[in-house]
Amino acid sequence: MTSPILTISNLTKRFGGNTAVSAINLEVMPRETIAIIGPNGAGKTTFYNMVSGRMLPTEGSIILDNQDITGLPPHKISRLGVSRSFQINNIFPEMTVQENVEVVLSAYHGHSRKLFNIASRNTAVQEEAKELLTRLSINGLADRRAEVISYGDKRLLEIAMVLATRPKLVLLDEPTAGMTPDETRRTTALIRKLASGGEYTFLITEHDMEVVFNLADRILVMHRGEKLFAGTPEEVKNHPEVRTAYLGEEDEEQETET
Amino acid sequence: MKAKVVLACLLLVIAALVAVPWIASYFYVFIFTEILIMGLFAVSFNLIFGYTGMLSFGHAAFFGVGSYATALVLIHLQWPFLACLLVSMGVSAVLALVIGYLSVRLNEVYFAMLTLAFGMMIFAIAYQWRSITGGSDGLAGFTLGSFGLGIDLTLSNPAVYYHVVLAIVGIASLVLYVICRSSFGLVLKAIRQNPERVAFAGLNVRTYRLVAFIIAGTFAGLAGGLIAPFLRVASPELIHWSTSAEPVLMSILGGTGYFLGPFIGSAVFVLLETWITSFTGSWMLVLGIILALMVVFFRKGLLGTFLDWWMEVKK
Repeated sequence: MTSPILTISNLTKRFGGNTAVSAINLEVMPRETIAIIGPNGAGKTTFYNMVSGRMLPTEGSIILDNQDITGLPPHKISRLGVSRSFQINNIFPEMTVQENVEVVLSAYHGHSRKLFNIASRNTAVQEEAKELLTRLSINGLADRRAEVISYGDKRLLEIAMVLATRPKLVLLDEPTAGMTPDETRRTTALIRKLASGGEYTFLITEHDMEVVFNLADRILVMHRGEKLFAGTPEEVKNHPEVRTAYLGEEDEEQETET
Repeated sequence: MKAKVVLACLLLVIAALVAVPWIASYFYVFIFTEILIMGLFAVSFNLIFGYTGMLSFGHAAFFGVGSYATALVLIHLQWPFLACLLVSMGVSAVLALVIGYLSVRLNEVYFAMLTLAFGMMIFAIAYQWRSITGGSDGLAGFTLGSFGLGIDLTLSNPAVYYHVVLAIVGIASLVLYVICRSSFGLVLKAIRQNPERVAFAGLNVRTYRLVAFIIAGTFAGLAGGLIAPFLRVASPELIHWSTSAEPVLMSILGGTGYFLGPFIGSAVFVLLETWITSFTGSWMLVLGIILALMVVFFRKGLLGTFLDWWMEVKK
């Protein structure tokens, strides 16, 4: 039995009297894809913010590969192998698509500490960036300024940047939010391919249930900061409480059909 | 092709700059010496402003302290000029480490206010510590004996000092240019555009901002070391916040997005100041109007606007 890559115990975040995340426990096994679902305000993003170091947990612990990362700053957590995307596109708008990835690669390889190595002469980094863009099928956009590419392509670029640090654990925050149905299908297929490559471990929050059921090995359902249910996609689909709390609309549809 | 055109233009400008003492009057030799020194000061500032996105209102602290360091070494130790400049850079670097360490943790307006406050403190020290700094009179009465490396240097011929300044500013600019084009420089640009993403890429943004701040302070100190013999005085006004405003104005005037922008800004600033003050006392009013127009209509500065126009014409 392999040991979990991420062990979260009793993770809690309170803002004043309001509990945004309440006593969440979660074990993530290597190369697993876990989806975290729940309505807006369920605490998914707050949960991510704690795991990635953007917010300090009020209680609980986060263990990555036997190392306690609770409360470490974002750059240290990133160094230890957790990489994340954001709900709102988080790229370098005035740089080219290629440079966006090169920044992250320079950071990862430690080139950014060198004051006198000309960035445009670093062919190894350039090729690695090209390769990552190819994996996300946006290599054709390499020389475009990042702010002018389409919304969906920006999201893919951000995933390329997230993968550039060779993370042990990848947190994607609503990767298909705001995408057209076509972009959503394309992105889901890409993530599926990355997940099945046996290289990455994914945590994904998502509103689109089709995407979730397509990608996830296991699903954690959150509601008002608490764990409502955790299980396989099949179990989640058939769980009565989950259906009323979150899949309510589909439930009603089915009732009217019968 | 494009790179060759840029290189040819640059070589032409350098040749013209070298030839200034033979084609222009002493008056303009002085003007160009000032343009170069203030240009280096502004370029060092733009490393933190245009590249890293930190607006400092206290950059003159390093410029002024650099000028005092060179003046003090010349007065008390009579070291060669090159050694004085190295002392200026070292002192400014240490000062930038201290001020930067306390300032870079803050963002935007708080960073600007804190650097302004530190600048005012340094000014107050220079103004009041009479026994060392000469108070409001500053330090004067020093002379240059040699440059170092076995080269003689006196201030009697302004053309000689101009060429010394041109060589040192040229080398310093080259070093700063390489830093801007390095992977480190790329990260600085990334920090300006999105510091959070840089942090989530595994870099300590505060450390990078601090290193940029120290480099900028060091080269401002070098510019200060060059200005003291030129003005033949190191005075508190070189530290004053109004001096801190000059590289800000020069950078915006020339274009913050281009390495050479601040040099263009320095040239236009110094030349306009000279010409306008010769026929009207309201130089500040004219400068204010020009800056307002730049900020409203030509955000990319003179250099950026010119390059955009050039690209259009070539199409």
